[in-house]
Amino acid sequence: MSAWLPISEIARLVQTGELKAVDLVEQALATISEKQDYNAIIVTLEARARERAMAIDAQPTGRLAGVPFIAKDNFLVFGADTTAASNILRGFEAPYQATAIERLEAEGAICVAKANLDAFAHGSSTENSDFMTTKNPYDTSRVPGGSSGGSAAAVMLDMAPFALGTDTGGSIRLPASYCGAVGYKPTYGLVSRSGVVAMASSTDVIGPITKTVADAALVLDVMSGRDDLDGTTIDADPAGYAELEKSLAGKKVGVIKEYMAEGVAPEVKAQIEAAIATIKAAGAAVVEVSLPSLPSALAVYYIICPAEVSSNLSRYDGQRFGHSYADATSLEESYKKSRSTGFGKEAKRRIMIGTYVLSSGYYDAYYKKAQTVRTKLINEFNEALQSVDFLLGPTAPDIAFKIGENIDDPLKMYLTDILTVAANLVGVPSISIPAGTAHDMPVGLQIMAAQRHDRQLLGFAKEVEGLLV
Amino acid sequence: MLKPEVRDQYTTTIGIECHVQLKTQTKLFSAVGNDAREAPANTLVSHIDFGMPGALPVLNQEALRLAVKAAFALGTEPERFSKFDRKHYFYPDLPKGYQISQYDEPIIGKGSLQITIDGEVRTIGITRAHMEEDAGKSTHPAGKDYSLVDLNRAGTPLLEIVSEPDMHSAAEAKAYARELYLRMRYADVSDANLYYGNMRFDVNVSVSKTSQLGTRSETKNLNSFRSVEKAIEYEVNRQIERLEKGEAIVQETRGWDDAKQRTFSQRSKENADDYRYMPDPDIPPVVLSEDYIAEIKAGMPVMPDVWRQRLSSLGLDTAQTETLIDAHVDFADEHYLELLEAVIDEGPLAKQLATWLVNVDVPFVREQSGERQPIERLTLYRAVAALVSANKLSSTNAKALIIDLLGAASLPANIEAFATDKGYIQESDEGAIAAIVSQVIADNPKAAEDVKAGEMKAIGFLTGQVMKLSQGKANPALAGQLIRQQLGV
Repeated sequence: MSAWLPISEIARLVQTGELKAVDLVEQALATISEKQDYNAIIVTLEARARERAMAIDAQPTGRLAGVPFIAKDNFLVFGADTTAASNILRGFEAPYQATAIERLEAEGAICVAKANLDAFAHGSSTENSDFMTTKNPYDTSRVPGGSSGGSAAAVMLDMAPFALGTDTGGSIRLPASYCGAVGYKPTYGLVSRSGVVAMASSTDVIGPITKTVADAALVLDVMSGRDDLDGTTIDADPAGYAELEKSLAGKKVGVIKEYMAEGVAPEVKAQIEAAIATIKAAGAAVVEVSLPSLPSALAVYYIICPAEVSSNLSRYDGQRFGHSYADATSLEESYKKSRSTGFGKEAKRRIMIGTYVLSSGYYDAYYKKAQTVRTKLINEFNEALQSVDFLLGPTAPDIAFKIGENIDDPLKMYLTDILTVAANLVGVPSISIPAGTAHDMPVGLQIMAAQRHDRQLLGFAKEVEGLLV
Repeated sequence: MLKPEVRDQYTTTIGIECHVQLKTQTKLFSAVGNDAREAPANTLVSHIDFGMPGALPVLNQEALRLAVKAAFALGTEPERFSKFDRKHYFYPDLPKGYQISQYDEPIIGKGSLQITIDGEVRTIGITRAHMEEDAGKSTHPAGKDYSLVDLNRAGTPLLEIVSEPDMHSAAEAKAYARELYLRMRYADVSDANLYYGNMRFDVNVSVSKTSQLGTRSETKNLNSFRSVEKAIEYEVNRQIERLEKGEAIVQETRGWDDAKQRTFSQRSKENADDYRYMPDPDIPPVVLSEDYIAEIKAGMPVMPDVWRQRLSSLGLDTAQTETLIDAHVDFADEHYLELLEAVIDEGPLAKQLATWLVNVDVPFVREQSGERQPIERLTLYRAVAALVSANKLSSTNAKALIIDLLGAASLPANIEAFATDKGYIQESDEGAIAAIVSQVIADNPKAAEDVKAGEMKAIGFLTGQVMKLSQGKANPALAGQLIRQQLGV
């Protein structure tokens, strides 16, 4: 049982005065302190959170009044350290804040802590954090998944009712799957990226990690919609996301053939098949759908993503903020040493790959070709989503792996993203919800819908969630 | 010095890249003031210009509108689809580690403009023009172990206009630069203030004895038409001298030393930089609707080439035409061409007005310094023209009256009364003038005899005497007529 009431209920009780924001903040901080051995949290924002809680108790309004939450440490929260779990940003205090944080705070939510991640969100386990590895709440010898591993673990450890993550190739859904949480990746552009440390700008999205679909939908409802500070944002659904319609019976669901093929652990596959049978029994039509370009998705992703990463990380040059190599005697040396001592191994690997694929003479062979295949993938998804309402498969090919198991094999690590990257490349919404266990570890069911069909997807996922309890 | 016969063996080829600062309130991608001229260092900087983590560029819609206007000013239309790209390099005045520019799909494609050299019209092709953000400003204090960076200019919207290598002399290049300047000013796309670097020219120059182009040098950051001309002249001579000595031309970037009037090597371009261009994923592609384009097109001001035709058809010569073409932007507050536009359909008046503007008004305004009261010029010139056509004002007095009125604090309610008070209204009473003429003939018998003997020049002298005696009020045409009459010629 969760230590927290549903988010809407918490806010209602704070509004009526039956719950006090200060007590909720203390509960969150106490849990964080009690469970610090899980390494889910990089920094707590005690003073800031307590101050906000008092202000909210004095005037308890807002749809998230008094609700504590945890932000992945790549969100800029005004006045708080923002490191992206990288040494190059150690000690960087945010001089402005993310639109997502701004909107949540405007409705009374309180950021109590910043969660661990793979540095700059590069990874699938949080092992690439320059600070520490987060432990899986189900089995501390295993990873929580990544890169939003700290956020997913924090929610499952009851540190707060919800946490924010970012999902560039699966970074919300994979840890949700590994930790047994609900992880929601909205349509690209539905939530502003302003004030969030960029990884790969064309696939980065911001979303909630929660214990229930209803909680995720409410948080999305508050954060979503066009933002003047992000030119890629789109309008939210006029009907919003908080009040979801029943949406299962009569819906047409496509099981992705390529997602149920070899490479997926049999125990995971069995759980997904069981979930599909349940969905079918509840009145949805289930068909098999093939997306022939899917096997190329991971390759495409690991060209486009490092290309954008290499570009986005250019600004960390040791000249204006963050880590700077103090003993440099020339500009050239300052650049080289600041970056080589500030970035971790994975960031350097991606900068190297990205720089290579964008280089003159290789651009056409790699970056351009990858974009061509990406367009093909988009067309296949669009076509499939014209004949079915939702696409479905596992979130990850296997359960959470052991800490250290993949750390020396980047290719194996990249393969954990194989089922999640397509949604990012295509820009469609995708959710991971718990669907049983394998070897006593959570298994995640992934459901995708067409772009801007977030409302429909959340409605469907909520009903499936009810069936799978 | 090069011998002309050596020089003439070479063909010079010139292409020009021009950076024009777009006239927006705020920067290209951030809501921060754009006027860095007087601001203290690093005060016009937002988290976006500073390249903060998480900061995203958002395209300034006004900059886009101005770029669309520039397309029409460059004799073409904007591209319906264009996009922004990142150009990567490391430098302290480039906070993001990349410059946002437009690489392969710019807002403006092929265009052209005309220049006139020695009475001959030549068309210079425009290859493309694209929007991009400016970098900050680095200064390197002499003898210090540090450099200073001012990011006020970082993110300023620029339009880079790239010409075809269609120019073959320094004079053509200078004329092209001036024409670009005029078009940007006429279209109101840029203040194009050369002193503040609102418009900067990079000139690519090569020389060759054959039909194959020679190796080129690029001289950057020229900020006057004269330096464009001088730098090219210098480069042409330098390159020919090297080639004559059997030395090769190095492909390089050069600077211009205005004090020494020479170019100097800055850096070799033998190893072309790899900027790793990629589409900027933070900025959605720019897709323009036909309605949007049509609306901007409809609001375009008349361009200088059209004005040249109009002015020449009013009878102005090239020098007079160019005086007005320049005055329209040099003294933009006087709205000269708008004034002409208002009367362009009134043939004789338009012609008269154009002449007065060139001969009287522009020289007058050029002499002035400091603030002046705006004068209702249309009323002024209509009144003066009416007095002239009613024979009440000589052309000399008309000029004097115009200058008085331009300098007045406000326009008098009755301009004829004002002219009368000033003694400008001429005498056209035949009896009165005839009396003066009789007196002048009596006083100047020698001249009278000369006229009778057929020396018509003497009529001018006598007319002058009549004017003098009448204190300038006599109608000179009438005076001349009466002199002839009385002398029987």
